[in-house]
Amino acid sequence: MGYFLGLIFVLSALWLGLSGIYEPLLLTLGGISVVIAILLAARLETVDREGSPYGRTIPILAYWCWLLVEIFKANWPVIKACLGADLKINPALVKVKTRCESNLAKTIFANSITLTPGTVTVEVEGDMMLIHALFEEAATPESFEEMDLRSYRAADGKRKEELAA
Amino acid sequence: MSELIDIFMIVKPWIGGILSLAGALLCLIGSVGVLRFPDFFTRLHAASITDTGGVTLALVGMAFLAPTWLIVFKLAAIWLFIFLTSPTGSHALANAAHTAGLQPVIGRDLKRADTTEEEA
Repeated sequence: MGYFLGLIFVLSALWLGLSGIYEPLLLTLGGISVVIAILLAARLETVDREGSPYGRTIPILAYWCWLLVEIFKANWPVIKACLGADLKINPALVKVKTRCESNLAKTIFANSITLTPGTVTVEVEGDMMLIHALFEEAATPESFEEMDLRSYRAADGKRKEELAA
Repeated sequence: MSELIDIFMIVKPWIGGILSLAGALLCLIGSVGVLRFPDFFTRLHAASITDTGGVTLALVGMAFLAPTWLIVFKLAAIWLFIFLTSPTGSHALANAAHTAGLQPVIGRDLKRADTTEEEA
């Protein structure tokens, strides 16, 4: 039920924000389209933890703020490599093990890797990820450790590590 | 307090313009990288500058130039959708190339991993 409420809230906010004309006719049309979207999503059975992950909004937003800083830091070496007179790159394929269990957490982790300039997730198999990196020396398994841990906490939200530490 | 707001309203279009220009510059750098890098996978990395840094700076600049909050909301929605879809697209491209058997260029001397041995 919480998933439905989250989806209804987000769809309504999206309609109100994108339309900008608050007349009765358009508000009615918006309500009808939200209901149709909800019915279709329910029939497709996509209203679950993955289709409507709004229960974890705050941890995921916190994770995104951290990720943004990382992305901007990672932009520098790639920009330098693009503009450098001689092509100082050292591409490599790296395998990284992830602790993420749910598909949502794995998707967040793999997408974070791909978003960060200099690394692209090529393949996900079980808990191993094949990553193509622009600089081999910057793509050690340890360098993905923090991102892995943070996306695991944001999506799976278990606090085992914190209790153990 | 009102003087501060006046100063901000004068400076705002300049901040927006400078940020948009910086975003455009990053997109240009990304395109240069796409042309210069040796193979498919490394070119994806150059394109990701355009996807992340360029888009973010350009959209933040446009938000400073926007006349109403409604447009800021729409820009935020565009930014969110780009950040959700562009890594998915990059991953789909890389995974398709990997599945099709394209060997990436590896190492500092940029030699292609040898495919002839596997065929023999």
